[in-house]
Amino acid sequence: MFRRLKPQGQKIQIFFDDQEIEAIEGENLAAALLAADVTHFRSNPVSKQPRAPYCMMGACFECLVEIDGQSKQACMIEATVGLKVGTLKDISGVDDE
Amino acid sequence: MNNYDIIVVGAGPAGVSAALEMSQAGAKVLLLDEQSSPGGQIYRSITKTSPELLSALGPSYSEGASLVNKLAPSKVHYQPCATVWQFGDDGILLYSVDGQVTQATGKHVILATGALERPVPIPGWTLPGVMTAGAAQILLKSSGVVPEQAVLAGSGPLLYLLATQLIRAGSPPKALVETQTTSDFIAALRFLPRTFAAWKMMAKGLDLMREIKKAGVPRYKSARDLTAIGTTQVKALTFEAKGIKHKLDCDSLLLHQGVVPNTQISRSLRLEHRWNKRQACFHPFTNGVGLTTNDTYSIIGDGRAIGGAHVAVLEGQNTGAFVAASFGFQVDPDRVFKLLKILEKERAIRPFLDRLYQPPKEILTPKDETVVCRCEEVSAVDIRDYAKIGCLGPNQTKAFGRSGMGPCQGRCCGLTVTEILASENKLSQQEVGSYRIRSPIKPVTLGEIAQADDDN
Repeated sequence: MFRRLKPQGQKIQIFFDDQEIEAIEGENLAAALLAADVTHFRSNPVSKQPRAPYCMMGACFECLVEIDGQSKQACMIEATVGLKVGTLKDISGVDDE
Repeated sequence: MNNYDIIVVGAGPAGVSAALEMSQAGAKVLLLDEQSSPGGQIYRSITKTSPELLSALGPSYSEGASLVNKLAPSKVHYQPCATVWQFGDDGILLYSVDGQVTQATGKHVILATGALERPVPIPGWTLPGVMTAGAAQILLKSSGVVPEQAVLAGSGPLLYLLATQLIRAGSPPKALVETQTTSDFIAALRFLPRTFAAWKMMAKGLDLMREIKKAGVPRYKSARDLTAIGTTQVKALTFEAKGIKHKLDCDSLLLHQGVVPNTQISRSLRLEHRWNKRQACFHPFTNGVGLTTNDTYSIIGDGRAIGGAHVAVLEGQNTGAFVAASFGFQVDPDRVFKLLKILEKERAIRPFLDRLYQPPKEILTPKDETVVCRCEEVSAVDIRDYAKIGCLGPNQTKAFGRSGMGPCQGRCCGLTVTEILASENKLSQQEVGSYRIRSPIKPVTLGEIAQADDDN
């Protein structure tokens, strides 16, 4: 798991799938979620297997989350007060069964 | 109105130094960068790092401040949070900042978009908890977040640097699992330049290893058959080293096999690329000052060939001075040549490092069951099967099974697909080629594309 060293800056609340999470204002969103022990950022649309940040620099797209109805790379976004983040909804129409 | 003499894309050491060089010569320069603060990945967040973090990250990081801090007082028009998603042959770029699209034109464009980590396809590398070593370093630099009891696996100088940074930050890794072998070291020795700079670098490396040893972090060498174990989260790394099978429990596994030029933009421009055997990757083809096969574009830094931060700064100055001079701005005429000489010295260590940390075969052409394309879950065996029924190039694999068609646009699988096809079809990597990359080179909304159309 991940741990935050001495937190710098203002503590804020954000939401991941309606769960309240503590973050630091302006910190990297993917880092904030990892520090809050979120391990499942999205499911791969093909295998439905859980995925989490891999590259942290905007290349791999494994950290895609939903913000304001759009899919966004969590590693490219800063945490802001009350930010509502969710796992991407499966819109593939492919049935798991 | 959005016309510039030169547009630089990427605000890492290469891009910042090029932008400063040209701006000081009097050119009107736009510097676009995707991150919220300058420095690139190597000096990421350097303008806002706390003193405690600076001391944990060490001098190889903090030395970046003196360069990056020159940006704010300069005349360079620096635009952070800018995702450039279309590059025109004629120097017309489209970029988005927070969903707002801008078109900008440069008489010349310098690409300084750096490197990507080489993909490390091992079984289980898609599990949550498996990241690149660079990713862990970014977490540390940007947010002061550290993995606990992480296992670091692969090869390359970054592994030792990251290990010592984690030790100093108070969260030492559980172990280092290194894939390079004694025969790699012996083979590399003949590339060791007999220069003071090379010895200094070797001494630095040995210092890092001493620090790792002092902290009691075990090192496993000549590791092979690396496998990440777990179902919904990584639980362990298994591997074989010197005939003994090992299993290290961990919930954080950090992989590394060096870095390779990020060629997404140069590919989208259809610039010529050549396979570089020593670095086992494609390089955009450039002349001595970084000019590409399209004379509106130059490439500098790790995006041109892997050379590290110091080379990147020098290439930025060198190409910056050359481009500024070619547009008639005042530049010391000897500067370009002087810098080329220093560059030659600075690059001398590279063949040694390239050979020493050469990625093992099991990484370049992974075992059948290994996922190659993370986005579309295409495995090595799938690519091999496509080859058996006549698939010759990476683009065809898209039609056969969608590899390279997910959101990462082939960034994580491109090299592996090229290597597997080359090996199966008994062709050179150059003959196999790579994915065709098309605009938009980063995902954008339909709204953003419509905005771009309105503006034109």
